[in-house]
Order: sequence, then structure tokens, then C-alpha cells
Amino acid sequence: MKKQMLGIAIAAAVFTSPVKAQESVEVLHWWTSGGEAAALGVLKSNLEKQGVQWNDMPVAGGGGEQAMTAVRARVTSGNPPTAVQMLGFDIQDWAKQGALTDLNAIAAKEGWDKTVPPALQRFSKYNGKWVAAPVNVHSTNWVWANKEVLHKAGVKGEPKTWDDFIAALDKVQKAGFVGLAHGGQPWQEATMFDGVVLSTGGLDFYKKAFIDLDPKALNSETMVKAFDRMSQLRKYVDKDFSGRDWNVASGMVISGKAGFQIMGDWAKGEFVHAKKVPMKDFACFRVPGTQGIVSFNSDQFAMFKVGEDKVSAQNKLASAILEPGFQSAFNVAKGSAPARSDVPDTAFDACGKKAIKDLADANKSNQLVGSMAHGHAVPASIKNAFYDVITREFNGQIDSKKAAAEMAVAAKN
Amino acid sequence: MKAGWLPKLLISPSAFLVLVCVYGYIMFTVYLSFTSSTMMPELEWNGDAAYTRLFSLNNWDVSLKNLWVFASLYILISMFLGLALAVLIDQKIRAESGFRSIFLYPMALSFIVTGTAWKWLLDPGVGLEHTIHELGWINFTFGWIKDSDMAIYCVVVAAVWQTTGFVMAMFLAGLRGIDSEQVNAARLDGAKSWQIYLHIIIPQLGPVFMSAFVILAHMSIKSYDLVIALTNGGPGRATWLPSVFMYQYTFTRNEMAVGAASSVLMLFGIGVVVLPYLYNQLRKAKHG
Repeated sequence: MKKQMLGIAIAAAVFTSPVKAQESVEVLHWWTSGGEAAALGVLKSNLEKQGVQWNDMPVAGGGGEQAMTAVRARVTSGNPPTAVQMLGFDIQDWAKQGALTDLNAIAAKEGWDKTVPPALQRFSKYNGKWVAAPVNVHSTNWVWANKEVLHKAGVKGEPKTWDDFIAALDKVQKAGFVGLAHGGQPWQEATMFDGVVLSTGGLDFYKKAFIDLDPKALNSETMVKAFDRMSQLRKYVDKDFSGRDWNVASGMVISGKAGFQIMGDWAKGEFVHAKKVPMKDFACFRVPGTQGIVSFNSDQFAMFKVGEDKVSAQNKLASAILEPGFQSAFNVAKGSAPARSDVPDTAFDACGKKAIKDLADANKSNQLVGSMAHGHAVPASIKNAFYDVITREFNGQIDSKKAAAEMAVAAKN
Repeated sequence: MKAGWLPKLLISPSAFLVLVCVYGYIMFTVYLSFTSSTMMPELEWNGDAAYTRLFSLNNWDVSLKNLWVFASLYILISMFLGLALAVLIDQKIRAESGFRSIFLYPMALSFIVTGTAWKWLLDPGVGLEHTIHELGWINFTFGWIKDSDMAIYCVVVAAVWQTTGFVMAMFLAGLRGIDSEQVNAARLDGAKSWQIYLHIIIPQLGPVFMSAFVILAHMSIKSYDLVIALTNGGPGRATWLPSVFMYQYTFTRNEMAVGAASSVLMLFGIGVVVLPYLYNQLRKAKHG
């Protein structure tokens, strides 16, 4: 009798308890620095609240080079991750290969077409189908400055023109600090080059050179002048800059060793993570000469075609990414502006509010342009060829005239 | 003694795997170098466009030049130091096996570990230069690793440190195999030590020189992890080797055809070194 009861109880337990396989997503990204990991943690916990397990696959390397290489191996072996952080043209390249899934159902339900700026949609959609969920809008033409270092060096206020900027760098260097904190990696030099070209030639020149790839614009006096300005900046970096990571360079400004850093606004995430207050401890302003223009790059999670059993979790991930609460929380930590134009800026600090306002203004006045250094102007093969020229000129291996000529050659692909 | 069918049967799975996975894939790569592959392999024939583009790229010139500098210095210095160490250890010193182990230990490390350790050592901010500054010699500079022209020599230093012990072990074995009768006879004739080494012993080490050369040459062509760990190809592109070039163009820059073309040329390079050696050995086996 007892054995029978036990048997029935066990059978009941086994057959009536629903077997729930936990949903999981595998996400490949390169957000490995302190500030970035903290920002991504918001998405992780949001998904975990919905019962979706997060399998992290970080691949270190600031510009995403190593991550893109890792993706290829996974996709070719037929086992792509659920979502991969990607920039600009890389998304389009993978969509062309037919590796990305169709997110139109969710996009229609949540009204993405209305809330995501068209400049971003150009990269999130392929052949009219949504293939990626944009997380943020970064921009690359920023300068970050340590206010105390500037004060000690006698620099008053933010430089408004290029000559002011060089004068300020001079003062900081003479006061015994490092003028410009820089990491000698090709993508970082290219990030600086975005701002320098915009400042030297203006928006139209940038578009002609980097989006239209006009050889007359690439091999022009203006381009030579831009390279001359890069050589000017070279004089203000310290002698150990080669190979340094971007967040270590930000660390130099945070700790007061250096005065300025020209870097995208992911650098702000480092300042925030180090508990520095904008406008009090550090200043954020546009690269002198580029005020009003925003050279943007948008981190998007490209959704790969996965098995049936993973689709529901993937959809939840896509939804979670575009959810306004997450967009606010994530971008406050990351330093960027939300990818949705209808997210209120109340939670953002002074630099964040400036970023959002600059983005909205540039969007309206048509001064929003894709960053060449971060894959939003040209595809990977040309971008890397440009990197080669920029880094060789910065390291003094070729002069400005030769560099401009080589830019024209690099664009021919 | 002719092999029966059983040994042949046992070897056939491995032979088949090698045939497909090594030679088959080599053929596939050669084919890819004649296609228009960019991000993923494409099978459309494209003539020698990839090779034309390859030879026009400045990065390839830099890689070849670096390979020439790196390979020649690496092979020469390793062989010279290896031979010198072997001769010194062969002098019937007391802690011989201890010294042998010490010199051979670096070979046990992976190239990544060697590269990372030497990167820190050679970094002016935290390594040798910084230490010497702390000791008081503040005018000492050793920033080779940050200098576009000198960085490749840092790669040579790290690579030589890793494999000198191995070359030393090869030469030591060779030295032990030398007939002592000849040496004694020479000593009786009044020959000095250095003359004995120069005219009797070293010429007999010919085969060991050959083996060491082949091993060092193919290691230098394959060097990828050491360069990436030590300098990541930098400063800029100054320490690119053909292996780094191949990886960058195939996987990072979405130009698979150019990367395939570069690996075909690397194969030729290794073939030029290894095939005559193989042929030589096979001939000896037949006649010996």
C-alpha cells in the first residue's frame, strides 16, 4: 500500500510538473572595459528578470577587430551567436551573406520605424527588413579634458578654434603634463582623424572624401592640411603612446597625468565609472571646428539566424534592447545617446544631455554623418586601408603629401 | 623487410585524414586565391586579380622585408649562440645537466607567454628602461619596441631567447656523437683547442646545422603568436610578418582571396627550404 502511494506520488510529480527548458541568449561583444561592462550589465539583469539566461561572449579589442574575426568562425561553423555587437557596414555585409534574421514583426509591433533616426535605420535594415537592434548613438568628434590640469596650466575655458586648441595643448605640455593622452592603435588614430578632417575641411569635404570616395577630395590640399594637423597633435603625445589601450589613455586624463583626449563618447563611461562629475572634474566639448556636426557610430546588435528553439529568446532580446527604460539606463552608463529619439534625457548628466541635444540638432539640420573610423562611411576593406595610411602618417613613416596620395589609392577597391 | 597489409591498414586512416585535411585544404586555399572571395569563400574564378592586388600592397612589402630581417637574424644568432653554448657546456663542467636544463627551459613556454613577458620587459614605461631609471641612470633609453624601425629587432630578441636552448640541445647531441679518436689524434699532433673545434669538430656537425636551419626557418615563417603577443603588429604596421598579413586580410579586412594568395606564397617559401632537405634525406635513406 505504501509502495503504491509512493509510486503514484512520483509518477504524479514527474508527469504534472512542466519541464521548462530555460531560454538563453548568447551575445558576442567587445565591451570589456569597466564602464562598458557595467552598462551591458543593465541588459543582462533586465533579461534575467524575464527568465532569459545571458551567455556572455566578450572578445576584447577596442575597435571590434578581434570580435569580427571571432564571429566569422562561429558563423562558418553553422553555430552563430544569438546576437553580435556590430557597427555600420559590417551589419550590411553579413546581411548580404544571408546570415541575419528578419525582425520586422517586432519592429512593426513596437513602432521602431518611427522612433529610430533614419541615419541609423540605414544600417539596421537590409532590403527593407530590420536585421539589427540599435543600442545607442555614439559620436567620435569629442574632446575630454581634466579641468584641474587645465586650471593648473592656465588654460581658460574650452578651445573654440583649432589654433586655440593647439595653444591650449602647448600650455598643458609646458606645465609638465602630457598634452594629449593617446593610445597608438590604428583605430584610435582614425577616430582622431574623423574630427580633424571635419575641422579642416568641413562637412561637405568629409562627405565627398569619406562617403563618396571622390579621389579629387582624398588627394587634395585640404587632406594634406588634415594630415599636417595630425602631425601637430603628434607633438603633444607622450613617448609611450604606442599600443596603449583607449581606456588606459582615458585613465591618464582621469588621474590628472594628461590634459586632453580626443575620443568618442564611450570615454565618458570611463569617467563616470571613476565617479568623476562632468563640468566639475572634467569637460566635454566638440573637436574645435566641428561644433554643430556629429560624426556618429551606432552600436547595434545584429540578430543572426538561429534555430527555432532560440527565436523566442532572441525576440525578447531585441525588444529589451529598444525598450525606453533600458535605453535610458544603458546610455547613462555608457556615455552615448539613446537610439530612440523619444527617450527623455532626465537621467543623463550634463555631457549626456549635450550629446542628446547635439544629436537631435544635427539630425534636424542635416549635419549628422557616419564615422569613417567606425565603419559608418566605408566598408571594412577600405576602412582598414585608410587605417594603414593614417597610422603610418601619424607614426612618421610617410609625410602628409604622400599620405593624401595613398588615401586615394586606398579607396580604389 | 616489406610491410604486410596490416601495418598499411592501420596507417590508412591517418594517411587519409592528412591527405584530406592537410593537402586537400591546401588545394582549396590555392583555389581560393584565384577567386573573388571577400568575406566568405566564393567559388567564382577571378584569375590572378588577388595576386596583382597582393603585390601592389605596401603592407605585403613591409611583411616581406620584416620576414627577411627577422628570419636571417633569428637563424644566424640562434645557431651561433646555440653552438657556442653547446661547446661551452661540452667542456666537462660540473653542473652540466643543470645548465642544460636552464637553457632549455624557455622552449617549454608557449610563444604567447614569451611574447607577453618580453612585451613588459621591453616596454620603456614599466620594463627595463624604467628599472634602470629607478636605479639612477636616468639617461638610459631603450624604447626599441615603440620605435617603428627597431621594433622588429625586439621580435628577434624574444624569438632567439626562446629557441637558443633548443638549438643548443641539438648541437650538444651532435658533439657527443663525434668520434673521440680523431680529437685525440689531433691533440697528439699538437693542435690547439680552437683549431680542433674549427677544423675537426664543426665540419662534422654539418647535418646538425642542416636540421637546425630547417627547423628555425620554418618556425620563422610561421611566427604569428609571438608577433601578436609582443607588438600586435605595431607600432602601426611596423612588425607585420606574412603570417600576420594573411590573418588580417583574410579575417579582419574581408579580403579572403588576397589572404589566400599570401598563404600560397608562404607555402612556397617553406617549400623552398624544406623540399631540398626532404629530397636529400630520402636519397640518403634509399642509398644508406
